[in-house]
Amino acid sequence: MLYIVITYLWASILLYLLLGGADFGAGIIELFTSQKNKQVTRKTLYSAIGPIWEANHMWLIIAIVILFVGFPVIYSTMSVNLHIPLTVMLIGIIARGTAFTFRHYDAVVDDMQHLYNTIFAISSFTTPLFLGIIAGSAVSGHIDPQASTFADAYIFSWLHWFSVTVGLFTVSICGFLASVYLIGETDVEHERLRFAHKAQFFNIAAVVCGALVFAAAWFEHIPLFDWVFGNWIGRIAILSATLSLIWMWTLLYQGKINLLRPLAGFQVTMILLTTTFRHFPNIVILKGGGYLSLTEHAGQEKTIEALAWALLLGSILILPALFYLIYSFQKKPVGYESQVH
Amino acid sequence: MNDFIAARSQMALSLGFHIIFSCIGMVMPFFMAVAHYYYLKTGQTVYKNVTKAWSKGVAIFFATGAVSGTVLSFELGLLWPEFMKHAGPIFGMPFSLEGTAFFIEAIALGFFLYGWDRFNPWFHWFTGVVVGVSGLASGILVVAANAWMNSPAGFEYLNGQYLNIDPIAAMFNEAWFSQALHMTIAAFAATGFAVAGVHALMILRGNNVIFHTKSFTIAAVFGCAAAIVQPLSGDISAKDVAIRQPAKLAAMEAHFHTEKSASLIVGGIPNEAEKKVDFAIKLPGFLSFLAHGDFTAEVTGLDRIPEENHPPVAVTHYAFQIMVGMGMAMMLVSVLYFTALWKKRKWLQEPWLLKLFAIATPLGFIAVEAGWTVTEVGRQPWIIYGIMRTANAVTPMPGIAYSFYLFTAIYVSLAAFVVFMLYRQIRMVGKLYDVD
Repeated sequence: MLYIVITYLWASILLYLLLGGADFGAGIIELFTSQKNKQVTRKTLYSAIGPIWEANHMWLIIAIVILFVGFPVIYSTMSVNLHIPLTVMLIGIIARGTAFTFRHYDAVVDDMQHLYNTIFAISSFTTPLFLGIIAGSAVSGHIDPQASTFADAYIFSWLHWFSVTVGLFTVSICGFLASVYLIGETDVEHERLRFAHKAQFFNIAAVVCGALVFAAAWFEHIPLFDWVFGNWIGRIAILSATLSLIWMWTLLYQGKINLLRPLAGFQVTMILLTTTFRHFPNIVILKGGGYLSLTEHAGQEKTIEALAWALLLGSILILPALFYLIYSFQKKPVGYESQVH
Repeated sequence: MNDFIAARSQMALSLGFHIIFSCIGMVMPFFMAVAHYYYLKTGQTVYKNVTKAWSKGVAIFFATGAVSGTVLSFELGLLWPEFMKHAGPIFGMPFSLEGTAFFIEAIALGFFLYGWDRFNPWFHWFTGVVVGVSGLASGILVVAANAWMNSPAGFEYLNGQYLNIDPIAAMFNEAWFSQALHMTIAAFAATGFAVAGVHALMILRGNNVIFHTKSFTIAAVFGCAAAIVQPLSGDISAKDVAIRQPAKLAAMEAHFHTEKSASLIVGGIPNEAEKKVDFAIKLPGFLSFLAHGDFTAEVTGLDRIPEENHPPVAVTHYAFQIMVGMGMAMMLVSVLYFTALWKKRKWLQEPWLLKLFAIATPLGFIAVEAGWTVTEVGRQPWIIYGIMRTANAVTPMPGIAYSFYLFTAIYVSLAAFVVFMLYRQIRMVGKLYDVD
């Protein structure tokens, strides 16, 4: 039963990274789009994520609920020592969600739109940045529950090169996912080309940030290289991700777009797999070599059992409905634009 | 401001903000479904316009409620890590089910908002109903989790250890039913009155009268029906609290001394130093009757409870008075409205009734906020009643006051934005929907 719960936890983090990530990425793209193209980008973006954006962000809630019900010690330790980045991330979530809704549902279109757009684009950048910082901090070994000063306990637990580079890496992954996703959402050739350029830009950014993550890990004595390349799973995953990336770009230059999304999704899945596999079941690595483990710090058996049943029951209800939702809005009916408002 | 007070204030602010959005998010879909039903049955465009206009309101409130709810799921840990460390595995069941309900609500809302002319009309209507039903389920589940804090169950507490956890028993604790019932009805009453009030104001101003009259009627019928049955559920809650949490009941009533044939105190200023209530109206025996169904029964006063376990009396008492006062006022308006519907149709044409509704717009939500103040402040000094003190649950991180100021600024500006957004929606009704 414990492994069912852990699988759900991992799957919700993955789905949040993929779906929520593409969603954040759409806002990041807006931030990196020239003024004259912004309006068109926004339109494509809205018709692409409008109906499903709320659902994309539910995965975070599922993950957090699994954590606080099943692994309360992990949840409370992270809540205490990563209080500040969590708060910043929450502010980003509030700002982004409301700005996205307001800009669409404001009955009067005027200068206020400018404000909503700015808030949306900036928070689309900061939220995944801090999500990455939080994830990076969890495994960085900088969290020190015994710290005696405010700075050691609450600031340097997350403010260091490794976490910050993981944050930037997360942002570029989001941008990459969104660009690849949006290529398939438009029928206009030059639009498509523009998103392909964006994908290229974020792909390069991800490679650069990825290199920086390794550099920071080396500098701060985090055995990241060993986690990723020290085992067969990691090596195979990285190799297949690289191959699929080459395949993806080849397809894109040939103008074939059907496989792009699954390939991009596969690459990100492989990245998450390699970075979590090696130190599993330890999810938080503390200063001085201590750790918080999904197997040792799980709740009592009955709790885990009830949680597993709740998750299984939930998926029976959620997944078919979610697939039908995504499927239904893949095909655009005639006169769709007029109905959006 | 010390960290403990700051943490409590931030939690109160976040919950107080979230509750308004969740009430509207779970009740409005039912109003929408009724209007939508009339549209599908009669084909009258005005009902389609009402449905669409409301659905935009729902989208705004749902998004705001969803983000403020996400924030809460983190704030529980950010502010009360010690509480969550122990309580999470015990009272987590309703939260994990709520995750499902909320997810389904989001999916159904996607279908509903973007599904006009895309699906079979009745399937589209059904997705709207699913939004309401799953929203309601979410609300009930979250209230069940709160009820556990008032009525801890599903574990054994031995030497500071929480043993033999049974999450199902924790979910179906003794307080869940009375609290969930009271809150669900409250949500209908508050939302019904708020929506009806806004439309009443528009009718009085002579804007798009047919559109606003249809909207008003649907909201008013829901709100008034709820307001009339609410005192009954209040009675169930009071009797329940009297047995489970005598300290809370005593604080609500500012009942300092244990006595038989206890008086019901209306209004007044609790004088905690001299243990009496100044300037109050006293109805002899009525407190005994309301708490135990018997005019002569003994009602436990604060004197039987150790001083260190007293909740703040004045706040709890005032909040309770406000809640009951608002509830009574709404009930009165509801009786007038139903009389008008059944016996005195001509009242419906007269402005005084609409004016009453316009004045009553915020009453339901004031009652909801006051009611939650009673539940939460009345449980103090406990976070898990009788088991863990709130002061022992707070985060060790210093400087929470700054976090409180920050969140206050955010929620105040967000509230301003939502009001602004609604104002623009309502002002544009004539232009957007081409109605008369």
